[in-house]
Amino acid sequence: MSFGESAARPSHGWLWLWYDARARSALLQILFVAGFAALAVAAFVDVRAHMQARGIPTDFSFLGNVAGFDINQSLIPYSAASSYGRAFLVGLLNTCLVGALGLTFATIIGFSVGLARLSKNWIVARCAMAYVEGLRNVPLLLQLLFWYNAVLKPLPAPRQSFELPFGVFLNNRGLFVPEPVSQPGALWVAIAALVSVVAAIGLRWLSIRRKFASPRAAFFSGVAAAFVVVLPIAAFVGAGSPITFVRPELQGFNFSGGVRLLPEFVALVLGLSLYTAAFIAEIVRAGVEAVPRGQREAAAALGLTAAQASRLVVRPQAMRLIVPLLTSQYLNLIKNSSLAVFIGYPDLVQVFAGTVLNQTGAAVQVIFITMAVYLLISLAASLAMNLYGRRFALRER
Amino acid sequence: MAAAIYVRRTGAAPREAPPPTQSLAGRLRASLFDGWRASLLTIAVLALLALLLPPLLRFLIFDAVWSAPNGELCRAPGAGACWAFIARKLPYFTYGSYPVPERWRVDVVMALGAVLIVWLLWLDAARRRIAAVLFFGVYPPVSFALLYGAPSIGLPRVDSDLWGGILVSLLVAVVGIVVSMPLGILLALGRRSALPALSIASAGFIEIVRGVPMITVLFMANTMLPLFLPENLAPDRLARPLIGVALFASAYMAEVVRGGLRAIPRGQYEGAAALGFGFWRSLRLIILPQALRHVIPGIVNTFIGLFKDTTLVAIVGIFDFLRTVDAARLDPIWAGPTISTTGYVFAAMFYFVFCFAMSRYSLYVERRLSRGRGH
Repeated sequence: MSFGESAARPSHGWLWLWYDARARSALLQILFVAGFAALAVAAFVDVRAHMQARGIPTDFSFLGNVAGFDINQSLIPYSAASSYGRAFLVGLLNTCLVGALGLTFATIIGFSVGLARLSKNWIVARCAMAYVEGLRNVPLLLQLLFWYNAVLKPLPAPRQSFELPFGVFLNNRGLFVPEPVSQPGALWVAIAALVSVVAAIGLRWLSIRRKFASPRAAFFSGVAAAFVVVLPIAAFVGAGSPITFVRPELQGFNFSGGVRLLPEFVALVLGLSLYTAAFIAEIVRAGVEAVPRGQREAAAALGLTAAQASRLVVRPQAMRLIVPLLTSQYLNLIKNSSLAVFIGYPDLVQVFAGTVLNQTGAAVQVIFITMAVYLLISLAASLAMNLYGRRFALRER
Repeated sequence: MAAAIYVRRTGAAPREAPPPTQSLAGRLRASLFDGWRASLLTIAVLALLALLLPPLLRFLIFDAVWSAPNGELCRAPGAGACWAFIARKLPYFTYGSYPVPERWRVDVVMALGAVLIVWLLWLDAARRRIAAVLFFGVYPPVSFALLYGAPSIGLPRVDSDLWGGILVSLLVAVVGIVVSMPLGILLALGRRSALPALSIASAGFIEIVRGVPMITVLFMANTMLPLFLPENLAPDRLARPLIGVALFASAYMAEVVRGGLRAIPRGQYEGAAALGFGFWRSLRLIILPQALRHVIPGIVNTFIGLFKDTTLVAIVGIFDFLRTVDAARLDPIWAGPTISTTGYVFAAMFYFVFCFAMSRYSLYVERRLSRGRGH
């Protein structure tokens, strides 16, 4: 090979740079990087000139300026006199809130529907399939607009609102739910709950570590469950019921007391969870179906009951396939929560890449920050996924 | 001793015949009423369906208003879906504000596209390579000339501000497909390249785009492209989101193609080299045909996602199909309690038909390919 190349190399000039494979690849890369850098610098200079000509800020100092607009849902104190930086935080927290609730509901619904699709019961499997096909083939934006404009907005005014169980009310102003209020002794209940959860995890760890046989393991699980249930209840009663719920009450034309969830928020959580659940259901089904039949049969041959086979043999193998795909669906849900901007829920994109960008004109910085937030979330998730993959990878001999 | 020996003298009673599993009744019993828990579940689901389906059917079909000059009939109490509204607004949903005398041009573009796509997707069709060349090479400039107009051949200019409806939705999807396919292949090759500069740049682009929501990419294309480029070169209002969508789809396509490239055994590369093929030639004739065939389902799934994501271009003020529906439901002539639902149901049916057909097609291809491999 080298003989052939050196023979083909012309004896004079710079042309050998092109005929030598390594020199050529180095040359190409240098050209590529130089071209890329030149383009980037040119774009930077050009954009800077444009922005300065239009009086747009070119650094990040605008984040300290007074925002001057209101946000109708905020988890931290915020007013029109707060800074743009604070508005960013409000949007970020609202995104996190929608993401956390959406992930919880999507997981619950998705696993239920996925298992229903695997049901031997023909009609249950069909209904689950109709759910999956119906929801995942329709754009999420359309579903959000439907829930917001066609379902939640035309609801009656507070006086004629729907009364749901547990003191929950639904009307065109949103969903009103009871608000938990803690009295002085509440700290004890929280401590008791924490202690019981830690104790339960410890017991479970011990039982796995010692490789207890089935009856003893079951006994340990029973003790752990009893801990989780009994201890907080005992603390609750002992401290004299320190947590009370304030129910929303109709006063005049609106409700007072309780927590008000904006219709935009309800529509977003509803749409996101139902849509993502359809995808999670498919992942769950595929994961369970990918476990070979022989595994279940072998479990039966060992004398395990059907429930034990599901719990001890099928589930661990299915989860190994399900979890990585589930993570990418979770990331999709968080990215899709940016559709909030279409129905006016104040999430990160609506507040920051929408209002703040329009007011300041600092497009480059604002979009850079917004993208960086989503990228960081994605990076963190894929890092966690790698750790999981390393921990649960098949160890083959 | 002899008493301990048992000899059976009469045959055992015949076992009962197993429940019929072949007949419909037998299968139904085995699947729906196998034990009290299954029976209870079945009854609960049936009750739920009995509760939900009749009102749904009444709304969509029996109580629906099928023809009306305006929203008067649809506003009557108890009226169902207002299909008359859809019928009246259908031209707007299809063409947006495209001038009426020029709408035949849109029809021609859509018909051409439909013929080419069927030709391309029908696996037994003759000369699919020609279809590919036509679809990826000839169709885009011809459509552009027809839609945008070319005064030199007697087609008056139609500004892209007037385009809308299904035309724009399909346009965004087709541009996304036509650009993301070659660009995705290039990015996938770049990411697998032995040149570190190229592979880092490709991987960086792919991961960044896949890590952010599409809306931020659209925002970026809309607000930052005019800042990057000089005033006279600034792309028009419709072109900016098109660029954003195309780049976004390319990153996802690149990952699908990369999966296909990874599935090609080394021997194929070596075989190509042994035949004396260069890099591009072996890619074109040996590697890509196999790699792409492997990942047809993934490619189609990317297209489905892309088609659903075309709805997001509305955020930068483009009147795509969903946006025209959303705008039309506020028309005071028609406005009424059922109009929003009618519009959204119609739009949902439109998207469902396209996406469901695509997913069935990918299943069909998958099954056919696995049959070809001798399973």
